[in-house]
Amino acid sequence: MSNTINTKVLVVGGGPGGYVAAIRAGQLGLDTVLVEGDRLGGTCLIRGCIPSKALIHVAGEFEAMTAAAAKGGKHGVSLAAAPGLDMAKTVAWKEGVVDKLNRGVATLLKKAKVKVISGWATFADAKTCSVDGADGPVTVKAEHVILANGSVPVELPNLPFGGPVISSTEALSLNELPKKLVVVGAGYIGLELGIAFRKLGSKVTVVEAMDSILPLYDKQLVAPVRNWLEGHGVTLHLGAKAKALKQTAKKTALVIETEDGETMDIPADKILVTVGRRPRTDGWGLENMAVDMDGRFIKVDDQCRTSMKNVWAIGDLVGEPMLAHKASAQGEMVAEIIAGKKRRFDPVAIAAVCFTEPEVVTVGLSPDEAGAVHGEIVTALFPFQANGRALSMDAGDDGGFVRVVARKSDHRVLGIQAVGRHVSELSGEFAHALEMGALLEDIAGTIHVHPTLGEAFHEAALKALGHAIHI
Amino acid sequence: MGRYVFKLPDVGEGTAEAEIAAWHVKVGDMVEEDQLIVDVMTDKATVELTSPVSGKVVATHGEAGAMAAVGGPLIEFEVEGEGNVADGEELVAEAPVQEAGVAPEPEPEVAAKAKPEPKPEPASSPKAVAAERPAIATRRPGDRPLASPAVRRRAFELGVPLQFVPGSGPGGRITHADLDAYVASGGQTGAGARARYAERSGVREEKVIGLRRKIAEKMQQSKRNIPHFAYVEEVDVTELEALRQHLNANRGDDQPKLTLLPFLMRAVVQAVPDFPQVNAIFDDEAGVVYYHEALHIGIATQTPNGLMVPVVRHAEARDIWDCAAELARVSGAARAGKATREELTGSTITITSLGPLGGVAATPVINHPEVAIIGPNRIIERPVVRDGQITVRKMMNLSSSFDHRIVDGYDAASFIQRLKGLLEHPATIFMD
Repeated sequence: MSNTINTKVLVVGGGPGGYVAAIRAGQLGLDTVLVEGDRLGGTCLIRGCIPSKALIHVAGEFEAMTAAAAKGGKHGVSLAAAPGLDMAKTVAWKEGVVDKLNRGVATLLKKAKVKVISGWATFADAKTCSVDGADGPVTVKAEHVILANGSVPVELPNLPFGGPVISSTEALSLNELPKKLVVVGAGYIGLELGIAFRKLGSKVTVVEAMDSILPLYDKQLVAPVRNWLEGHGVTLHLGAKAKALKQTAKKTALVIETEDGETMDIPADKILVTVGRRPRTDGWGLENMAVDMDGRFIKVDDQCRTSMKNVWAIGDLVGEPMLAHKASAQGEMVAEIIAGKKRRFDPVAIAAVCFTEPEVVTVGLSPDEAGAVHGEIVTALFPFQANGRALSMDAGDDGGFVRVVARKSDHRVLGIQAVGRHVSELSGEFAHALEMGALLEDIAGTIHVHPTLGEAFHEAALKALGHAIHI
Repeated sequence: MGRYVFKLPDVGEGTAEAEIAAWHVKVGDMVEEDQLIVDVMTDKATVELTSPVSGKVVATHGEAGAMAAVGGPLIEFEVEGEGNVADGEELVAEAPVQEAGVAPEPEPEVAAKAKPEPKPEPASSPKAVAAERPAIATRRPGDRPLASPAVRRRAFELGVPLQFVPGSGPGGRITHADLDAYVASGGQTGAGARARYAERSGVREEKVIGLRRKIAEKMQQSKRNIPHFAYVEEVDVTELEALRQHLNANRGDDQPKLTLLPFLMRAVVQAVPDFPQVNAIFDDEAGVVYYHEALHIGIATQTPNGLMVPVVRHAEARDIWDCAAELARVSGAARAGKATREELTGSTITITSLGPLGGVAATPVINHPEVAIIGPNRIIERPVVRDGQITVRKMMNLSSSFDHRIVDGYDAASFIQRLKGLLEHPATIFMD
């Protein structure tokens, strides 16, 4: 006889969407059960955002020390010998960070009185699922179901994961630095990891089917990233197709077809395939729940309702952008709706960050998109080269800038983009400006601290108004 | 460089003033010779005025809706070479441009007190200021309302669609105060609208200008000056309708069909020689009445802009088909806004018909300075008594108004009885 639990709210998936939904539901006094098949924290915390940022941090330190150890040192700092790298220890430190956050999530859920069941949930119908938990099978019946199953890396049919072909998950847990790394797919995940491995000393080659890196962004915005890659010996094969894995007793290589149609072998120890992620819609009984789909995603309205009454879906399951912060916002909202509050998901913009070298932030509309929607626009760009703080922390010579896009008629800010070291921390200000409905005059009228990178945003707004000071 | 002053020319026969309908240029514009500069409206026709010179607009006199006197300065240009006024010379307006809505006042001593100051510059008038104030909530369709997340959340909780809330902040941003004001003013909220009938309190202020003002003036003049009396008689149009349908049935699809109006027009033509007092123009100021031999029949016509009265001239010289064709032509021109001044003036008697909307009876307002107006009402099948038997006939009332100063009740009734006889025996309409 299996144990049956009846609950008000069942959340499936303990990632940034699911655990936030569960905590908020618990805060609101709703009887809540969270089922997680792996570890609390989801892709973001366990094998995505957080571990990759830890690796990127280590790579940055290693790179700085490598520069100091080079002849003449850097900025007066020199090391007698090149730094060493113990990849296993790096990974262990990263795991420590992950563990800490994982425990933190568990504590928060407990505090919110959420019952966490560890195991794989399989739905028999829309409101009933069975969990093969560590403590035996459990059946959960719920009044409301919040689906937060997340996404998985997309596999290339001709290059299945396994052996030297790895996804981002494995790349974050390598105990040995690959000497030669080939990255297939120049989206943000591939470039973040590729750049980190390059800084750690790998020889990195990037293969991308489109004709540009970070193909969703405009050329001007990605130019500093491309310059860094080219300046640091990363080989780019754009417009190229990854064809097959070639393995012999001694050598492993990726066969690609270049833009010119030539076939060539790229020697590789590891081949990291980062060609996107797909919603995890199989393997847990979604087909038994009678919810409508929207392409590969679950179809939801602006309150994250699916077509089945009291079944809700959030995060990567419901569409782009597949970002943790979007999932969290939706999770919080759904919990509040279930608790009887009137809410809907209507952000002006959802910021996206690439932790590449340098970093890229985008919020709202690009100049092309804004022009297409709003007609006459003004754009202005302020380079970090003219920003004191950027220069003082060696962040002024990588071609970085802040760019604002506003409607010409009323100066409403429509989009903000930035590229440069550390610009990820500006994303909050950018998003805030758009959510508050800022005009260029609002940005220009906000005194920004000197010396900070944020001054570049202020100056870009001034420039759009025709009177930048420092350029 | 010289200054050129363009004065309002005489745009219509004997007009003393015209209403400025729309400016096509503004101060500071460069204007080519013959470029369209302003539309002015006289009586009922709109005239487009073009620039006599090339130059830069330095002043315009009177805004849209204002009355401009013929001969008064309308627009001033800075032109190459000599203008038509010496530098520094003060412009002496032959008649000052009047504030919209104020009747021209012939006696200066009376006017001195009652009349508002002639406006030195249109820009300083209150109306212009109002127009230039940054518009509140000028949101383009589909434009996302500008509001912070907190305001958006509150609005959603209140069930208020933000696109209908005026925003007072920069760029039309909606503040908490705007939302409060919208709710307090009874702005429709989702919850409220479902729960009860919402009160409405908005008042839209609109200046009566253009054609609407012309209509208002004419109606007021007519009702104030003319002692109307109305007379309603019923007409059996069964035979007329049979004849009409027969005539129409033999017409091709490409030929105009007959309505009842051409028959009525021809009947009036037949009746008027015996009742000259109904086809007359009464100049009550001069105390002279003009009895017209010609029958210029005004046709009250609803146009997108309002009531207009295009004229079928010399109906007495047109057969029924010609009456129908000319009626269609002039009323079509009026509806399209293309009727000329000639097509809109000079009627001697007017017919007003609302067709299927004609109702049972009406008291039409005489088209001043005429003295009679005839209004056929709706045709409807009614049980009537004929030879002691109840039978179904197509019946139509004729509702007419007459100027009792000129037309006596006896004559009016006799005239309508004649029309009734003609219409009930349609063959007689066509007998001389």
